[in-house]
Amino acid sequence: MSRRGRQTQNTVMLGLTYIAATIATLPLLLILIHLLREGAAFIRPSFFTEMPQPIGEAGGGMANAIVGTLILVSAASAIGLPIGIGAGLYLAERRNAPFATAVRFLSDVLNGLPSIVMGIFAWEFLVRPFGGFSAIAGGLALGAMMIPLVTRTTEEMIRLVPVSLREAALALGFTRWRTSITVILRTALPGIVTGALVAIARIAGETAPLLFTALGNQFWSTSLREPIAALPLSIFSYAISPYDTAHAQAWAGALVLIALVLVISLIARYATRARFGLGGD
Amino acid sequence: MAPDAGREPALPVAAVTSRPPASAPAAADGAAAARPAAIRLSAKNLSAYFSGTQAVRDVTLEFPDRQVTAVIGPSGCGKSTMLRCLNRMHETIPMATVEGEVTLDGTSIYGGGLNAISVRRQIGMVFQRPTPFPTMSIHDNVAAGLRILGKANPPRSEIDGIVEDSLQRAGLWGEVKDRMRQSAIALSGGQQQRLCIARALATRPRVLLLDEPTASLDPLSTQTIEELVYELRQAIAVVIVTHNMQQAARVSDRTAFMLAGELIEVAATNTLFTTPRDSRTEAYVTGRFG
Repeated sequence: MSRRGRQTQNTVMLGLTYIAATIATLPLLLILIHLLREGAAFIRPSFFTEMPQPIGEAGGGMANAIVGTLILVSAASAIGLPIGIGAGLYLAERRNAPFATAVRFLSDVLNGLPSIVMGIFAWEFLVRPFGGFSAIAGGLALGAMMIPLVTRTTEEMIRLVPVSLREAALALGFTRWRTSITVILRTALPGIVTGALVAIARIAGETAPLLFTALGNQFWSTSLREPIAALPLSIFSYAISPYDTAHAQAWAGALVLIALVLVISLIARYATRARFGLGGD
Repeated sequence: MAPDAGREPALPVAAVTSRPPASAPAAADGAAAARPAAIRLSAKNLSAYFSGTQAVRDVTLEFPDRQVTAVIGPSGCGKSTMLRCLNRMHETIPMATVEGEVTLDGTSIYGGGLNAISVRRQIGMVFQRPTPFPTMSIHDNVAAGLRILGKANPPRSEIDGIVEDSLQRAGLWGEVKDRMRQSAIALSGGQQQRLCIARALATRPRVLLLDEPTASLDPLSTQTIEELVYELRQAIAVVIVTHNMQQAARVSDRTAFMLAGELIEVAATNTLFTTPRDSRTEAYVTGRFG
C-alpha cells in the first residue's frame, strides 16, 4: 500500500473510533439535556421539603421519596459493604482455594442477575413470610445486589497491593490478620471506597427489586417495618399516571435521581485520584 | 543485576578484597579473628522445597554474633530461599516446606519453643526492594513493629525515643528528623531502604537478614548502605545475600558460596576470595561463570 493509502486508512479508522466514542456518550448527554428541559423548571425548594399532592393537583414535592431513598441506600450499604469487603478480602487472601474460586464465579453470576429476579426472590423470602412490604426488605434486596459488586472490586483493589508489602509486614512479626487489616486493607482503602461508591450509585436507581419489597408510600414514613417511598418508585408511578402535572413531577424526580448518582460518581472519581501510590513496585 | 556492578569492572579479586569499606578500618580477617565468635544463628541440614521442588539442599551453616556473613552465588542458587528459612518467611509461600533445623542462641526456631511471630521479631529482615508502608508516615513506619505486641508494647513515651534511635542507627535521622509526619513514600529509594532497616532495628532483633538490599539502588545509596552494614555488626549478627561479589568482599567477615541449592564453601571472606578450596568457588569468584 502506498504511503498516501496508509495515511488515508489511518484517518478513516481514527475517524470511525471518534464517531464510536461520541455515540457512546451520546445517550447520557441526551438524557441530561432532556431532563433539564423537562424537569428543571419544577425543581424548587418545595420539591425537596413538601409531600406529594393528591394525584392530579399541581405542586408538592417528593420529600418522602428522597428521604426514603436515603434510608434504603443506607440500609443496603450497612448490609452490602461489610459483607462485600469481607468476602473480597477472603477472595484476595485465599486466591486459589477451591471455595474461593467457586465464590468468585458465583459473584460474577450474581452481578449479571437481572434485578427483577432479585426482587421476586426478595418478595418470596422477605415479604411473604413476614406478611407485608417493608423498607427493610427493600434494603436487604438492594444490599444483596451490592454484595457481589463490592466483593469483586475489593478483591481487585487488594490484589493491586504488592506482595512485597505483605512480606514486609510478616517479616516484622505481624500476624496474618493484622497484616491484612492494617497494611493490606489500609493500602487498598481508597480503591475500595471508590468501588463502594460506584456500587451505591448503581443501586440508588434500582427500581425492580423495590417494586416487590419497599413497594412505595404516598405518605411520610421512616419506619423500616413499613412500606417506604423511594425516588425510582415515585418516578415510576408518576410517569404511568395520566396527568401532565404528575409527569412534570416524574421528570423533576428523575433529574434529582441522576444528579444524586452523578455526585456520588464524582466523589468516587475524586477518591480514586486522592489515593497515593502503592510504593515499591 | 546490581546497578553498581559496572562500577568496578574486572578488578582483580585480590585488589577488591584488600579495598576496605570507605568508612571502616581494614576488613575481614584481622577484626573477625580478634573477636570471640559466639554462634548466634545456626542451620543444620537445612532443606527447602517449593511444592516438591528442592531449592535448598542440606545446608549446614553457622552465623557468628557481631559478624557480617555474606551469602553469594549465581541467580537461582537458593541463597534467598535459604535466608528466608532463617526467619520462617519461607513457609508464608503456599506449598513451601522446610526440613532440618535452625537454632537461634541454641533454641530451635522450628521446634515448639518459639512461634513464627516471635522468631521474626528477633530476626529482622530487609528485602531487595524498599517496602515502606505507603499509608504510614516516616515515624509510624519505624514504629510499626512496636505497636503490635499488645501488653508488651513499649509505652507511648518511649516509642519516640526508640524511633529516633533506630533512625540514628540506620543513618537516616539527620535527613528525616524535620519531616517525621510526612508519608514515607516521598523518600528516595536509598532513604526508603534505610527506613526499612530502621524499621527492622526498632524491635531490637538479635540478627538482621538482608536480601540483596542494594539491588535496586544507585551506587551512592549502595555505598551508604554498605557502610551501614559494616557499622551494624558492632551490635548484632548480620547475614547479607548478594550476587555482587565486590559487595560481599567489602562488607563481610565471612562468605558462604552456594550453587544449585548446595553450600559449596564457607570461609573468612579474604580466604574465600583469594584461596578458595573448591574449584567451583574459584571459578565463580574469578568470574568464569555466574
